[in-house]
Amino acid sequence: MPITPDVILFVVFALIAVASAINVVVQTHPISSALSLVGVMGSLAILYLLLGAEFIAAAQVIVYAGAVMVLFIFVIMLLNAGTESKKGRSFMVQLLGVPLLVALLGLVAFFVQRIYYDTPRETVHFGGFTGGSAQDIGHALFTTYLLPFEVTSVLILIAIIGAVVLARKEME
Amino acid sequence: MDAFIVITLIKAFVVFAVLMTTLAYLQWVERKVIAHIQVRPGPYRVGPHGLLQPLADVIKLITKEDLIPPYVNKPLYLAAPFLAITMALLSISVIPFGPVIEVFGYKTAMQLADLNIGVLFVLAASSMGVYGIALAGWSSNNKYSLIGGLRSSAQMISYELPMSLAIAAPLLISNTLSLHDLVMKQQGSILNWNILHGPFPQIVSFIIFIIAAFAETNRVPFDLPEAENELVAGFHTEYSSMKFASFFMAEYANMITVSSMATLLFLGGWVAPWPAAYGSSLVPALIFAAAGVVALYHGAHAARQRDTRTLPVFGIIFLGIAGIFLLPMVQAWLLPLFWFCAKTGFILFAFMWVRGTLPRFRYDQLMGFAWKFLFPVAMLNLLVTGFLVAWVS
Repeated sequence: MPITPDVILFVVFALIAVASAINVVVQTHPISSALSLVGVMGSLAILYLLLGAEFIAAAQVIVYAGAVMVLFIFVIMLLNAGTESKKGRSFMVQLLGVPLLVALLGLVAFFVQRIYYDTPRETVHFGGFTGGSAQDIGHALFTTYLLPFEVTSVLILIAIIGAVVLARKEME
Repeated sequence: MDAFIVITLIKAFVVFAVLMTTLAYLQWVERKVIAHIQVRPGPYRVGPHGLLQPLADVIKLITKEDLIPPYVNKPLYLAAPFLAITMALLSISVIPFGPVIEVFGYKTAMQLADLNIGVLFVLAASSMGVYGIALAGWSSNNKYSLIGGLRSSAQMISYELPMSLAIAAPLLISNTLSLHDLVMKQQGSILNWNILHGPFPQIVSFIIFIIAAFAETNRVPFDLPEAENELVAGFHTEYSSMKFASFFMAEYANMITVSSMATLLFLGGWVAPWPAAYGSSLVPALIFAAAGVVALYHGAHAARQRDTRTLPVFGIIFLGIAGIFLLPMVQAWLLPLFWFCAKTGFILFAFMWVRGTLPRFRYDQLMGFAWKFLFPVAMLNLLVTGFLVAWVS
């Protein structure tokens, strides 16, 4: 694989994403964890952008990094949650944690290896995908994926109504 | 390719320099406007008519002691102002100030980057800007800061919804997300601007957008995050020196961004209100010439001793600018820039006008207004616009 600016950017932001993801778990304070999650979302958005999906990248930042995570941080601030203690882990976690992690990473590496060698290399290269504009996504959503799209919107509506019902019960 | 990089670097430098100067002088303009609304002269001592006041303020802010209280969460406390100013300045990079022009044989747009998701980029940057304020409030470890940060994040999340819905309606008509193409679709006369454009004039969207913009930038009557009579200074209570200045600049940069967005989305961007064939290209020269004549007249009949020296100088400067607007070689880029600045400047003036006129909301009224009134109205407006666009096409 030739080293182009795209590849360098990919490696940099992939590393930031992984480092932030590890930081989410390692940090003891909820605010620090939540901010690391914002870092993961942001670097993912840039990876989408590198792959040519600019609409998905913008939606990722607006919805996940912008709205969802701000809400997380808002709730943490409102509850004024303090630092979590690192003690009190169960025996199973201490015994099986590291072997299971190694096993998981091994499995992921195995499948990545298989996919990489099974598919021709031309399919995965930067700038190869051009169907990521807002127009393409909208067209796909309202033709090919109309049923899943409508079902999802009904699902979200049910969730909203459920949240309102639960909140009202609490108030009475 | 090399020419592209050089031109982009030059443009970035010019935009940054002009923006920073505008930020400093916007504050002078605001103090003057509010002073005149309240019938007092405003800044008057530093330089003629207080014109050097921003410079003095910058020197004061840079040389002040930079205090970091011992009880703050240091990494986040230091990151918050940086985050706020970065996100505020980021959106300017996609705002077009004029059409594609030719400079020394190179064609270049009067814009740093014409993204095909420009509108979404501005929304994304503004939604990330909440972090700066929320984290500043939380990391300061101070109850006033915390309440200010909480209020501001709740307010910004709430008003982002009607704002996005208000933006979506004119996008349905223009059928593009690129800010440059958005203006190109509104060319012609004032009747083609989205605010008056058929099938459904977007006046309702415009009003919703402006109200939400006031809330998004934490301005009066929505300035509860920094309500000084109850919260000291809100989220930036613990900040001093340049860190305080960063929040200040971020607020003004956000004001410029939302005003430019309103101009681009609803008021036709850099397009003149009527075609140049009917003499719209003479308007800027006439306005500046009139300003020059008025300044010269007041210089001749000066009320104050100092004005006999300063006002004639201003008059001659204004007449010189009027002359520049008549030169044919600069008209191609100066006229669009004038109209863009005039429209954006008018909305910025409205920001100050409202600040000098209206009292503050109560907090529950503020949230109720966003969710129970503004959001349904924006939804209805989007629905009606969508039906009309579908019906016409």
